[in-house]
Amino acid sequence: MGRYIIRRLLGAALVVLIISFMTFFIFQVGPSHSGVKNAEAYFYVGKASTPAQVAVVAHSLGLDKPIYQQYWIYMKGIVVGRPYTDGSTTVQCSAPCFGYSFRLNTPVWDLIKEAFPVTASETVGACILWLLGGVAIGVISALRRGSIFDRAATIFALAGVSLPVFFTAELLLLVFSYGPTWLRLFPNVTYVPLTDNPLLWFQNLILPWISLAFLFAALYARFTRANMLEVMGEDYIRTATAKGLRRRAVVGRHALRSALTPIVTIFGLDVGGLLGGAILTETAFSFPGLGLLSFRAIQSEDLPIILGVTIIGALFIVLANIVVDVLYAYVDPRVRLS
Amino acid sequence: MTVMIDRGAGSGPTGPPTSFLEVRDLRVHFPTEDGLVKAVDGVSFGLERGATLGIVGESGCGKSVTSQAILGLHKGTNAKISGQVWLDGVDLIAADAEDVRKLRGNKMAMIFQDPLSALHPFYSIGTQIVEAYRVHHRDVSKKQAWARTVEMLDRVGIPNAAGRAKDYPHQFSGGMRQRAMIAMALVNDPELLIADEPTTALDVTVQAQIIELMVDLQKEFGSAIVIITHDLGVVAEMVKDVLVMYAGRGIEYGNAEDTFYRPEHPYTWGLLSSVTRLDRVREERLRPIPGTPPSLLNVPPGCPFNPRCTYRGRNGIPCTTERPELLASNAGHLVACHLPPAERSAAFLSDIKPNL
Repeated sequence: MGRYIIRRLLGAALVVLIISFMTFFIFQVGPSHSGVKNAEAYFYVGKASTPAQVAVVAHSLGLDKPIYQQYWIYMKGIVVGRPYTDGSTTVQCSAPCFGYSFRLNTPVWDLIKEAFPVTASETVGACILWLLGGVAIGVISALRRGSIFDRAATIFALAGVSLPVFFTAELLLLVFSYGPTWLRLFPNVTYVPLTDNPLLWFQNLILPWISLAFLFAALYARFTRANMLEVMGEDYIRTATAKGLRRRAVVGRHALRSALTPIVTIFGLDVGGLLGGAILTETAFSFPGLGLLSFRAIQSEDLPIILGVTIIGALFIVLANIVVDVLYAYVDPRVRLS
Repeated sequence: MTVMIDRGAGSGPTGPPTSFLEVRDLRVHFPTEDGLVKAVDGVSFGLERGATLGIVGESGCGKSVTSQAILGLHKGTNAKISGQVWLDGVDLIAADAEDVRKLRGNKMAMIFQDPLSALHPFYSIGTQIVEAYRVHHRDVSKKQAWARTVEMLDRVGIPNAAGRAKDYPHQFSGGMRQRAMIAMALVNDPELLIADEPTTALDVTVQAQIIELMVDLQKEFGSAIVIITHDLGVVAEMVKDVLVMYAGRGIEYGNAEDTFYRPEHPYTWGLLSSVTRLDRVREERLRPIPGTPPSLLNVPPGCPFNPRCTYRGRNGIPCTTERPELLASNAGHLVACHLPPAERSAAFLSDIKPNL
């Protein structure tokens, strides 16, 4: 097992390396601001710049070097840090240096460090909510197939899947922040760090959690229902019943165990994906997480930030994949032992 | 063969049961969108303690549904069940679901056809047997239950039982899995064991071992066994009585030897004629029964076998209009056929027996 994990980690490192290169390459080759190459240098110099000034700055920042060299410098910066110099002033970007935002005058890593707890707070609460809610709804729907509950759950799922997050988030705000006074349970939703005030942290996160979990809970409910229906028809469920087990044990210990296995997979990937930032939710609630950070970076063409957040996001997804594979092996002995 | 001579099909007798297991006019109907599927439509039989009954028929004739109905596995589904299933003086059909659950796996247990799909892939063999034991022995510690499990696995012939109990179903061979399944069924000393095609999914070489094991265990545990199969070889080897089913009904029922040597129903003749024989010179191809079993949604009127029967309508017998009842025949067992008994015996001797 240890060997397997090491092999997977090495593979993951390679994947992240490839993603980082591709992202780097695309961003260097692709965008230009008002026809000017070297957007970073352009931002650095300011709006009233001449092409000559930009070229000078681009040269001292190393932006005129070949891409593979720039990539090497960037990657080296992640490990050992690097200085940024325009020829006269120098800023030191210490390791891990994921680039430097000249717009915000801050190393990207500092921005990520600041935004990540926000995104993590949203993800943790939402994923608990949708996992418990979605699975419970799915199981009950499957066991009472065709009942009123099942039909209501179908409508819920349809709504969850088809209503975009920015709509449900705004709707929640409209009702619970700006609605009639007696309904204003969450006025002024704003992010409060857990370390500052746990109670306020929790209170302010409830609406984001709900709007995020709504979408996923709906998907998970459908998925669980389908899995449960399939598993309940398996021969080993009949065996469990024939042993004289109570229905609760048949459903909980035998059916659910099998039905949840594929859910572990998508759950890991969904959590990994969300840790890279929930752009829509964070934008709707103005929560300064990774999603809002990248959204603003895209708006202002702040390439170093986009690059940094993309690499971090990719890292989360790749890590989540490994966690899922290891968990899967733990859950299913057929995988573990082959 | 003492208890059922007077028991024709139809309403069946009333009053207290005389056998250990007594099934009376059992019907299991499944309402579907296409109509009512009469999977079992009036089956009656009896079985004494320590005896063995074989239920024989093609796929889809209602064998498995019958056995699952005895265990009450249709409770809680949309199946419509009527009739009586008396086990040791208790009518399982009328009994409370919770009471039947307590008997299930305890007083009556079941072995399924495909042991790979019938065992949970995520739990070790030992864990699954421990679970079966402890659900009916709540005061037994896990350790004791594990010891009992290893003892049972050892008894059914699994080498290194203590070690193998920790293995998962996919790590066992087919024959070993079926042995484990048998150990699981017998762990609570059931008085009734139902084996639903226990050898069908196994290699031919392993089949004989499993049959032998079941015969041995029956001697040791004294359970009554209902064995469901389409393999007449299995039946010949281990049963005392045999019930031949067709389209959800019993069509021939009696002592096994009698039924096999003097079969009286054209369907039974067909079954016997289609058995592969290796001890004969192959003179021609096997003789399959023409046609296919009827859809249980739409059973032919009259005798359900009539579309496939060579003797249909002979001398004006009402094969297509009247349903034949299961009645005592010359040979001393029960047959549901309109052919007059004398004619049946003659037809068997002249048309069928020479080719068997």
